[in-house]
Amino acid sequence: MAVKLKGPVIKEEWCKGCGICAAFCPKNVLKMEGNKVKAVDRDACNNCGLCELRCPDYAIYLEEGEKDDK
Amino acid sequence: MTSNLVKSYFRMDKLPHIWCPGCGHGIVTRAVIKAIDELELDKDKVCIVSGIGCSSRAPGYLDFNTLHTTHGRALAFATGIKHANPDLEVIVITGDGDCSAIGGNHLIHAARRNIGITAVAFNNNIYGMTGGQYSPTTPTGDKGTTAPYGNIDKGFDICKLAQAAGASYTARGTVYHAQLLTRLIKNGILNKGFSIIDAVSVCPTYYGRKNKKGDAVKMMEWLKDHAVNVAAAAKLPEEKLAGKFLIGELYHNPQPEYTEEYKKITESLRRG
Repeated sequence: MAVKLKGPVIKEEWCKGCGICAAFCPKNVLKMEGNKVKAVDRDACNNCGLCELRCPDYAIYLEEGEKDDK
Repeated sequence: MTSNLVKSYFRMDKLPHIWCPGCGHGIVTRAVIKAIDELELDKDKVCIVSGIGCSSRAPGYLDFNTLHTTHGRALAFATGIKHANPDLEVIVITGDGDCSAIGGNHLIHAARRNIGITAVAFNNNIYGMTGGQYSPTTPTGDKGTTAPYGNIDKGFDICKLAQAAGASYTARGTVYHAQLLTRLIKNGILNKGFSIIDAVSVCPTYYGRKNKKGDAVKMMEWLKDHAVNVAAAAKLPEEKLAGKFLIGELYHNPQPEYTEEYKKITESLRRG
């Protein structure tokens, strides 16, 4: 039973706009807009989780979806 | 809207934290709790101790037994805690100034005793909290508010210092290499004696600005370009390593742990 990941969830209030997540996102899913991060291409996300690992403010994480029974 | 990891280990009423935008300390703190989570440690059996400085704010955000002590003395307090409660997993969160300047003496003696403490040094090469004074890990030539023309001191290598003093595990990670950092902290906790992890962080506000290193992203890129894994470094010629620094597990040599040795001697005396 694998846990499906459904891409990044952003807690905008906690984002301080450092831009680390967007700069190192390998699929260019994230972009800085007005000092806050936005997920501009959610479909391209490969759930690598680097944004979550390197967000100093815990403002982004990968959402877990339904468990896959297959 | 917060990850389960953060919800499980942070005092949610204390978040968001007050570290500056782009400060790497949040990344190191996450690596510490990720290591604790992966090791499935009992929260009540963990004690996190800090001194003073930007780094030392971390335990205030964490939901464990925590102690925020005086400047440089985290390892001294932690030594007492480990002595009184050898079953506790004692983790010290300290900074470059806290552990290698005012707390330098405590660092070498904790290492010499090989006491079962894991110290994570949030190393941002500067005293951030007090406004950017140069620290013992500020590279030679770099600027701080107390070194406006460049620092003429030579920097400490915290890992070499601890190893020479007797630490049984030393490692270095960076906030760019966050996965490696988690792994190193995990292995440090698993080592029975004194472990130190030099966690190279970024301080865009003071160190970065004073030294024209650019923003947090530029500073992370610098770490990516200048860190060489110790395994890869062994195969590289010396000239390729000029200006680079080593990351990974630098030293691991298990030795008798202090509180265990202490217990042995007290038990032998009781029997006698």
